[in-house]
Amino acid sequence: MNTVSTQAPDSTRGSVRGTGAGRPVLEIKNLSVDYGYGEDRVHALRNVSLTLREGEVLGLAGESGCGKSTLVYGATRLLPPPGLISSGEVLYYPEDGGEPVDILRQPEDALRASRWQDTAIVFQGAMNSLNPVHRIGRQITDAIAAHRPETTKAERQDRARELLDMVGIDPGRISSFPHQLSGGMRQRVMIAMALALEPRVLIMDEPTTALDVVMQRQIIEQIVDLRQNLGFSVIFITHDVSLLIEIADRIAIMYAGDIVEQGPASRMYRQPRHPYTRGLLNSFPPLRGPRREMTGIPGSPPDLVNLPTGCPYHPRCPYAMPICSEKIPTLIEPTAGGSEPGRLVACWLEEDAEATVPPELAVRA
Amino acid sequence: MKFLVRRIIFYVITAWAAITLNFVIPRLMPGNPVQSLINKFQGQLSTSATHSLYVLFGLDKKQSLWDQYWTYWGELLHGNLGISFAYFPTPVSEVIGQALPWTIALVGLSTIISVVLGTLLGTFIGWRRGTWMDGVLPVTTFFSSVPYFWLGLIFIAVFAVLLPVFPAGGGYDGALIPAFNTEFIGSVLQHAALPAITIVLSSVAGWILSQRNMMVTVTSEDYVTVAQAKGLKERTVMFDYAARNAILPQVSGFALSLGFVVSGTLVMELVFSYPGIGYSLFQAINAHDYPLMQGIFLVITISVLIANIIADMVYVFLDPRTRQEG
Ligand SMILES: Nc1ncnc2c1ncn2[C@@H]1O[C@H](COP(=O)(O)OP(=O)(O)OP(=O)(O)O)[C@@H](O)[C@H]1O
Ligand SMILES: [Mg+2]
Repeated sequence: MNTVSTQAPDSTRGSVRGTGAGRPVLEIKNLSVDYGYGEDRVHALRNVSLTLREGEVLGLAGESGCGKSTLVYGATRLLPPPGLISSGEVLYYPEDGGEPVDILRQPEDALRASRWQDTAIVFQGAMNSLNPVHRIGRQITDAIAAHRPETTKAERQDRARELLDMVGIDPGRISSFPHQLSGGMRQRVMIAMALALEPRVLIMDEPTTALDVVMQRQIIEQIVDLRQNLGFSVIFITHDVSLLIEIADRIAIMYAGDIVEQGPASRMYRQPRHPYTRGLLNSFPPLRGPRREMTGIPGSPPDLVNLPTGCPYHPRCPYAMPICSEKIPTLIEPTAGGSEPGRLVACWLEEDAEATVPPELAVRA
Repeated sequence: MKFLVRRIIFYVITAWAAITLNFVIPRLMPGNPVQSLINKFQGQLSTSATHSLYVLFGLDKKQSLWDQYWTYWGELLHGNLGISFAYFPTPVSEVIGQALPWTIALVGLSTIISVVLGTLLGTFIGWRRGTWMDGVLPVTTFFSSVPYFWLGLIFIAVFAVLLPVFPAGGGYDGALIPAFNTEFIGSVLQHAALPAITIVLSSVAGWILSQRNMMVTVTSEDYVTVAQAKGLKERTVMFDYAARNAILPQVSGFALSLGFVVSGTLVMELVFSYPGIGYSLFQAINAHDYPLMQGIFLVITISVLIANIIADMVYVFLDPRTRQEG
């Protein structure tokens, strides 16, 4: 149970280390999502590309409103209106190593059949994720019944009890209604539900935000445990970067609807290369280790209807150069500040040969 | 079941208040209403009818108000509501007993049809917004915005006079003797068709609209998204998750609307000369038949109350949050 607390951020854990080892399971390619139509539509995602590999925990962080949840909804085709996918593809790589399928272009019934089996989701605000009029047992078993019609009712009930037990809820609670459970219990029920079919990918969108710190710890530790035993891949979304450093193998940082930096968790923590990542790290106290000065990021996230020209972060960036307000940097392997495997950065400091990388953002050998 | 006990106490008090009001109101009438009524009928009332009037209005001076109240309850519990003088010497309870089944069968059934049909249509329209189904709404809204008596008259003009498919009025063919045979029941159904169709047409829009709006609200709830993400069949998501929650306000709406069913009945039974409770009430009013009026009001109050109890129970059954389990 104390996997998290005994490990330093950079120690090896799990079977797969995040530096490009595993095969991809889910590959998001150039995904763009708008809310609404016409001139004042919100560009919630702009050409986002992100790959989840087998067995890894991929952390996704960014300020509120940067499009983390939209990425989840878009990639799983659950976008509520007026959300529209304007471009991109989401490739799912089947377990048997066959051809990847594009979820966005999959026929409706094939999509329905693959849901929850391949990718299960714990949504943000799990408080309202349970149907208030049905018992929680029924809500777990109906997912099993939909995908494993050959199982008997008794088998499904047993499985539901087993799942509840797994997330630390008394199996006798199977016939409780959601309103009879506490917030933390509901959250666990959602996690149990997500694991019902042993999915290959588990997406967790801020699964612990509404909870107190003690409860958060417990649930996170449980998730880490379960992943080690069941071996699924996780996309873990939060705005708490210091939490990600502990549990994620790789981290991707999002800003204003795009990924600005990604790389191995420990490296990202010790060596942020994008000015925004650095700012984000400095706005959270580290969970342990030496205290560092907390500065936060001056200014506020941009309006997604009228994005600034060039790099959307340049108005807040202390290192902004003339080119930053003119052209959008691409997410590439950094060169200028020293190369590093598995690291991608979208910043002119790293792309422009002329630029001098500030020492705090450069690779220190 | 603490909840149920609380509700039952509430209904008992409401029923008591209604019954007591029914006792008090005639006694509050100024002057001597009985004498003026007797004058109006110019000796056509028998002595027993006159006596029942005196008792009704509490002008039966031999008793104190308190004693009268107890007598009133005693009579009521024996089903004795006095003597009607429009149908003299038939007791009021008998007049009501003959009229009530007609109303309950016709209005009750058409209301249920309307609710079920409207809720189903509203579920589909709300689930699949932006399809041809949306076109149903303006049509039904049109029918509900036409005054009911006008709709009834047009239907009579078209389907009974112009194209004599259905009879223009009445509860059954007067040439038949009421009995449980196919001929009589067929005649009853034929006579009920036009009133039923017009009731459904004029009320279904409200049910469609409220269910549609609730569906739209519920569809954006997280648990519906979760149901979709789980890959459940579309039918399951639509009925088990969305409609199952959207229907809750419908049940309360149904309880509320029952009060209006009664006033709706009055117009419908007049337009179609239907031998129900509304028609009897109309005749009672015309004939200044106070005992009958009072009896009908009592029956109406109690039926609305009973219907509300049923709606309440259904709600408790449908929404676990209102249940207080130990
Ligand atoms: N239905 C909508 N209509 C218009 N804009 C929307 C809608 N939903 C989200 N947005 C916008 O899209 C952007 C991304 O929203 P999203 O919910 O994905 O953010 P997030 O990163 O998950 O934030 P948080 O950390 O607060 O959950 C936000 O700027 C938001 O204003
Ligand atoms: Mg979110």
